[in-house]
Amino acid sequence: MSHWVIAPVLLPGMMAAIIMLAARYHPMLQRVFSLATVGICLAMALGLLVEVADGDILLYQLGNWAAPFGIVLVADRLSMLFVVLTLFLCIPVLLYAIGSGWDMRGRHFHALFQIQIMGILGAFLTGDAFNLFVFFEILLLASYGLMIHSGGAQRLRVGVQYVVFNLLGSTLFLFALGSIYGELGTLNIADIAARVSEVSAENSAGIRVAAVLLLLVFAVKAAILPLHFWLPATYSTAPAPVAALFAIMTKVGAYSIIRFYTIAFPPGLEITEGLFDTWLLPGALITLAVGMIGVLGAKRLDRMVAFAVVGSMGMLMTSVSVFTPDGIAAALYYAIHSTLATAALFLLVDVVRSRRAEGDLTWAPAPPIVGGALVAGMFFAAAIAMAGLPPLSGFVGKLLILDAAFADPRMAWVWAVILTSSLVAVVGFSRAGSMIFWKAHAPASQPQPQEGEDEEVVDSAPQPVLPMVAIGTLLAAIVVVTVFAGPINRYLAATSAQLFAPGPYISTVLDTPGKVIKYDGNDKGADTEEGAQ
Amino acid sequence: MEMLVASAVGVLTAAGVYLVLRKRTFPVMIGTAFLSYAVNVFLFASGRLAINEPPVLQDGVTAYSDPLPQALVLTAIVISFGMTAVVVMVGVGAYLSSQDDHIDDQSEDGVPDEPEMIEGESGQTGAKT
Repeated sequence: MSHWVIAPVLLPGMMAAIIMLAARYHPMLQRVFSLATVGICLAMALGLLVEVADGDILLYQLGNWAAPFGIVLVADRLSMLFVVLTLFLCIPVLLYAIGSGWDMRGRHFHALFQIQIMGILGAFLTGDAFNLFVFFEILLLASYGLMIHSGGAQRLRVGVQYVVFNLLGSTLFLFALGSIYGELGTLNIADIAARVSEVSAENSAGIRVAAVLLLLVFAVKAAILPLHFWLPATYSTAPAPVAALFAIMTKVGAYSIIRFYTIAFPPGLEITEGLFDTWLLPGALITLAVGMIGVLGAKRLDRMVAFAVVGSMGMLMTSVSVFTPDGIAAALYYAIHSTLATAALFLLVDVVRSRRAEGDLTWAPAPPIVGGALVAGMFFAAAIAMAGLPPLSGFVGKLLILDAAFADPRMAWVWAVILTSSLVAVVGFSRAGSMIFWKAHAPASQPQPQEGEDEEVVDSAPQPVLPMVAIGTLLAAIVVVTVFAGPINRYLAATSAQLFAPGPYISTVLDTPGKVIKYDGNDKGADTEEGAQ
Repeated sequence: MEMLVASAVGVLTAAGVYLVLRKRTFPVMIGTAFLSYAVNVFLFASGRLAINEPPVLQDGVTAYSDPLPQALVLTAIVISFGMTAVVVMVGVGAYLSSQDDHIDDQSEDGVPDEPEMIEGESGQTGAKT
């Protein structure tokens, strides 16, 4: 049993405590610790990714107790993919937070950031449904703190909505888990999968309810209509690096749906057949449509990007809800792409905000921003990726999704919505770009724009380089994902093949020996038996 | 007893959902607290109801109550307690900074109010209510 699997979860948790206790008054130390932790975790995660890439499933039994009695962490292709994606995303986000000074505008940014990473990575790695709930709570608790980081009336008010919405989601999660435990007597994901196939059709009412409740919970996280209401306000109000980190949070919901509805409640399962595939696809398509209409209708740049997140989640879930190996593989590719693209867009929005007069993000005409050409060029690239135009990764992702939906009976709907919404998104992003960057000119009161520009630039001190490096890293990653679409897709196809053949996953979790307590009806005889390692 | 526990869960949930749908922050928080009580009772019952039976192995005992839901409910209580504390703190902060405890932050035109508009806006909300 390799102990490496738990290291990416433990290390950020420990560093959070060290940062909070030991480095409390040393901003530089906090920054160094935070970045170093993410870097070390990324290195470990890459090592694990290489190890699971050939189809191995790594199991870590906490306290060496055998599943389903003990809690297990499981690293397979899917979970390691998301772990690496999260940690990679964290590096530019941290660089941006440090470069722009966001991390020092409130207290405990880095400690909360590490706890957030711990929660997200734990959610991706755990093999136990209740443990998933606990990690969800850890990541939510940290996200509450990060969401209201640096305060402000507006942020606090939106924070209340965000906390309440997620509190209700957690309650629903517990109801779902209670139903599953009441019906099956287990909360280990592999054990659920093994037992749910033995439930007879007559006694399946409870487990069907549990399956739908669980889907609702994950739909809240993934912001699928009509459960997306928390997202636009939260993402547009949160501090920019936090919003960029939140790009991975919606993917936690998507990951959980993929995990549970391929292993625990697979598409071919008789008792839950027709329950979620009937509703998920229309829901996802409406989410996509609403998100892209929101892009067109938003009156501010930050809300526009937030609606683009809703739209991209709709696109991702459309692909998931086809529930074929091709569909899942396409969804995973799109998840990688949309995480990077939304993070880049949120950071760019913040650059625009900090350089425009009074942080105004509406479409009102304003003087050109400092370094406008570079920012505009980056926005152009990120918007192309987000809207799914060639040549960047959004286009590849969309192509894969369209291809995966081709054989589906509802193909006409999927194609129509995806293609129309893409057009709407292109129009929305072009308008934003032209209003913010192209039509930028000094107000009419200043007759000569050239002079006006120089005067308007109050802080003409050299702009910090680090934020632009961070955004550049994200954009470079988008290009890499586009160029290496072939190899990445082979890995993703293998990932989804592994998901649709859950036998090895279940047997690895349940058949690996560990500690169990043998009881022969006598108190003295109860002893712990070590399994052969 | 099943009837009693089931109706308790039902009543608590109904009260919680009603309160969560209110317009102001305070009833909403009470509503989430009710919902978390409901789910705690529900979780407790998910291991089947058993009275006066031990949760751990003992000699000469054949009937046990399920210990796992008790452990789960303990975790759930701690988490919901912490979360309620967080939402109260954020709610108080929001109320103190904007002098308005409506849960909805959208003004008429659908654009969120700007922080710097708070002084002017608090007068408006006073007039509205």
